[in-house]
Amino acid sequence: MSQVASEPVTAVETPIRLQYRYTAGHATTRFLRALTEGRLLGQRCPRCRKVYVPPRGSCPTCGVPTDEEVPLADRGIVTSFCIVNVPFVGHAIEMPYVAASVLLDGADITFQHLVQEIPAAEVRMGMRIEAVWAPREEWGPSLENIRHFRPTGEPDAAFEAYKEHL
Amino acid sequence: MAVTAVLSADHVLEYPYKRSVGPVIGRFLTGLRDGRIEGIRGADGRVLVPPVEYDPFTAAPLDEFVEVGSSGVVTTWCWVAEPRPQQPLERPFAWALIRLDGADTAMLHAVDAGDIARMRTGMRVAVRWRTERTGHIRDIESFVPEERR
Repeated sequence: MSQVASEPVTAVETPIRLQYRYTAGHATTRFLRALTEGRLLGQRCPRCRKVYVPPRGSCPTCGVPTDEEVPLADRGIVTSFCIVNVPFVGHAIEMPYVAASVLLDGADITFQHLVQEIPAAEVRMGMRIEAVWAPREEWGPSLENIRHFRPTGEPDAAFEAYKEHL
Repeated sequence: MAVTAVLSADHVLEYPYKRSVGPVIGRFLTGLRDGRIEGIRGADGRVLVPPVEYDPFTAAPLDEFVEVGSSGVVTTWCWVAEPRPQQPLERPFAWALIRLDGADTAMLHAVDAGDIARMRTGMRVAVRWRTERTGHIRDIESFVPEERR
């Protein structure tokens, strides 16, 4: 940031850095450990029967513990998405890329992931997608084990199938 | 459901902001880089340090810069026994409001007093400049008790 001595100062760099220790909790820990084996694990609410992934150990609607574990397929649909054109520090993904809300088959809640292997302009709501996993030796307790999702080529899901998940 | 050890990991959230400082704070920071502290005269004649672009009472634009001293008086303070990583000093220090000689307002900065027993309201402190200055509030490394210089 050093400037020539005669030049007036016009800007300052003011980095904001927050260092957290994130503790996953029991339900999310089991989800993350399953990921190290290439499995996706949700939890079903005993009252409303909704399946949450990643599971947090309770149902936010019913306020009851969710301890029934539900294995989930690594495929589902895009419910909504965003085409990202703005690069930011620390991201190596080529622009533009698609960040999507992914609804796995059998799940009742979406999570965010990348959709690739398709031009951004062709991504659609209701599009069928499947996970593309990183090489097994790179797997850790992280959703990053899934590199991205890609289209399966199946027919798009009807709006009715995901209208509750937007 | 089997009991498993709960996972935890470090998680850092960091934003590399660059902030435009405007003509008045820009001049203040330029002064710091050159080893000089400048305030600005308010509509009521008081000297405000750090300077502000607009009068706090009348909102009139201000432009009369006034150089003030590099020593002053601690008007209030708070001891930091366990400094955090990004605070100005790695050893215990005081955050203090410091009214520099020639100024009518006090400015927040760190006082490197070494020990809480050396801190008192009304004590005189002086700037300790950083050798490598870039035009930033941290060009003032800290203030130190004047008798210690």
